[in-house]
Amino acid sequence: MIEHRVLTEHFDTPDLHRLEVYESIGGYTALRKAVAMAPEDLLSELEASGLRGRGGAGFSMGKKASFIPMGTMDKFLCCNADESEPGTFKDRLLMQRNPHRLIEGMIIAARAAGANKAFIYIRGEYELQADILDAALAEARAKGYLGESILGSDHQCDLVVHRGAGAYICGEESALLDSLEGKRGNPRLKPPFPANQGLYQGPTLINNVETLCNVPLIVDRGADWFRTLGTEKSTGTKLVSVSGNVRRPGNYEVELGVPAREIVEGLAGGAPEGQTIKCWFPGGSSAPILLPEHLDLPYDFENMAEAGSMLGSAAIIVVDDSQPIVEVAMAIAKFYHHESCGKCVPCREGTSWTVKMLDRIDSGEATPMDIEILASVQEQIVGNCLCVLGDSMAMPIASMVKHFRPEFEAHIEQARRAADREAIAAPVEEAA
Amino acid sequence: MNGARPHESGAERRLGSATPDRQEARPAFAKGWDEPADLSKPPAPVPEPADIEVPAELRAEIEAHMARYPDIRSATLPALFAAQRLHGWCSPQALEQVAAVMGVTPAYLESITTFYDMYRNEPVGSRYVYVCTGVACSLRRARTVYKAIAAAGAELDDVEIREFECLGACDMAPMASIDGRYVGPLGTEDAEQIVDAIRAGREVLPGRGLEGMPEAAAGRWSGGDPIP
Ligand SMILES: Cc1cc2nc3c(=O)[nH]c(=O)nc-3n(C[C@H](O)[C@H](O)[C@H](O)COP(=O)(O)O)c2cc1C
Ligand code: FES
Repeated sequence: MIEHRVLTEHFDTPDLHRLEVYESIGGYTALRKAVAMAPEDLLSELEASGLRGRGGAGFSMGKKASFIPMGTMDKFLCCNADESEPGTFKDRLLMQRNPHRLIEGMIIAARAAGANKAFIYIRGEYELQADILDAALAEARAKGYLGESILGSDHQCDLVVHRGAGAYICGEESALLDSLEGKRGNPRLKPPFPANQGLYQGPTLINNVETLCNVPLIVDRGADWFRTLGTEKSTGTKLVSVSGNVRRPGNYEVELGVPAREIVEGLAGGAPEGQTIKCWFPGGSSAPILLPEHLDLPYDFENMAEAGSMLGSAAIIVVDDSQPIVEVAMAIAKFYHHESCGKCVPCREGTSWTVKMLDRIDSGEATPMDIEILASVQEQIVGNCLCVLGDSMAMPIASMVKHFRPEFEAHIEQARRAADREAIAAPVEEAA
Repeated sequence: MNGARPHESGAERRLGSATPDRQEARPAFAKGWDEPADLSKPPAPVPEPADIEVPAELRAEIEAHMARYPDIRSATLPALFAAQRLHGWCSPQALEQVAAVMGVTPAYLESITTFYDMYRNEPVGSRYVYVCTGVACSLRRARTVYKAIAAAGAELDDVEIREFECLGACDMAPMASIDGRYVGPLGTEDAEQIVDAIRAGREVLPGRGLEGMPEAAAGRWSGGDPIP
């Protein structure tokens, strides 16, 4: 079995979302251990585990937590449960099936970071999961896992589930903070980084749902155990969301570093009957596409980056050979155009013009020169904005142009002929 | 966010196409972005609490949200959701009531409702059907499904049917969220049934919601091969 279920280990236990069931499989024992530990020891354990952020950037979780300054000011912990990256649906499963593990992980992470007010920023569309979390919080509060002097210790922590209202940009950490403060979700200029000046100007640790779900496991079983999973630099398991043109779309948990082919073809069943894989996004729609030959690479942070893409949110979207690449590019561009917050010009205008140019290509108004312009617009977005939303469109679109230029050219030519034929046919019909 | 509708067809917006007056072709509901503010109107101040009648339940709910945060402004999103649930949309009256309880200006609230996709700035219906036409769903013919549902539901009263970005359920693609309940995978043949159930107030596609998915029990989608 290539699946390695650690995070999802008890997911077939009925009613796992209820406190007593979670406790019966060992839930909240890590918290008992953690409140007896000094925050510094927790930090060094997390750092030693090598756990890297699961939200996209892959930054060391322990290191980020250690950036939070000491001192008695108000400090905050935010769980990023916005999960709006197209193709990603792993956090949904983690919250729906095992909300208490996230809550436990947050109480422990809050202790490590010295925070005592924590928030789960969950996308507004996840109503079922937010309700489940709210119910779980009530159970945890009643049992004394939340509130003042948790389990008789000096640790205190309160947790609020905050529902978003439908904006991809609020997954970006600084926009998330603005949104949580009750504003439009616009990213902030960095530095200062949230670890120094985040929510309500206080030091703030922000981590993804899956990152925080790993925390109780590391505290319970030890950093050394965690390092036995995955590769040297990409430790642990990864919940991979596989979607698009595969036979068995779904969430699959594997050790980091297994060949991508085993996930896409082994677990998810590969392309549908009669089709072959044309390309795939290894880490959500923001990741540059890879080709079928890249399926033999180990699926981890380093190898995806070396191949010119990224692990991102570990959402594999598979595109089969029946899909025109221009349509895929259009779906991507429209998404980022709609979701651009409009604060930075290169992103706001670049996403808008990319949609317009793809429209021209599809409607027969483009010439091959438009492909150059399309590519150059992407270059001018990358690195020129406060956040990487624009880059998240520019990089995959640029990769499509790079890998499938002949198809773009053929598409322009075909669309132009079709438009010509229509133009010629129209008056004839009128005359008849 | 950006003014354009998410999946407005190219023809509606194409530059250089035969649209004589582009002002006119703009989607009417992209408020706050495309439409200039009416500068002849005096700006609306923070309402006097005594002047605005706020339903007691709504007031209690908003105040409960305000109490949960270190800064009361953080209650803005939940407060607006509460008002939208009551009024069906973020009407001027709804905004005024929230503004009165929170002590903020209606303009500030409007800046929020026009930014986030889940607030309704027009009375388009108090129930919703979001059909996902995101990348992964559109690889599985989601546009056709959307068109079928939109056509079948054209006459539905008080229901907003719209395309939506990836809803985080690409394992059920193509899928839709009906008042927050995820259903899928959908085919065009489901459209009539969905619309009938909404009209009759019945549960939509029983047994095909995310809450009862085999996936939820086994940790992943295991409902066989959903590819048509
Ligand atoms: C446009 C944009 C959208 C993002 N969306 C998400 C998201 O939905 N969920 C998430 O966990 N991180 C998202 N991120 C990454 C966050 O900014 C941040 O890096 C992450 O939450 C940190 O958590 P981690 O270290 O545990 O990965 C997004 C980043 C950008 C630029
Ligand atoms: S693309 Fe439809 S749910 Fe993700």
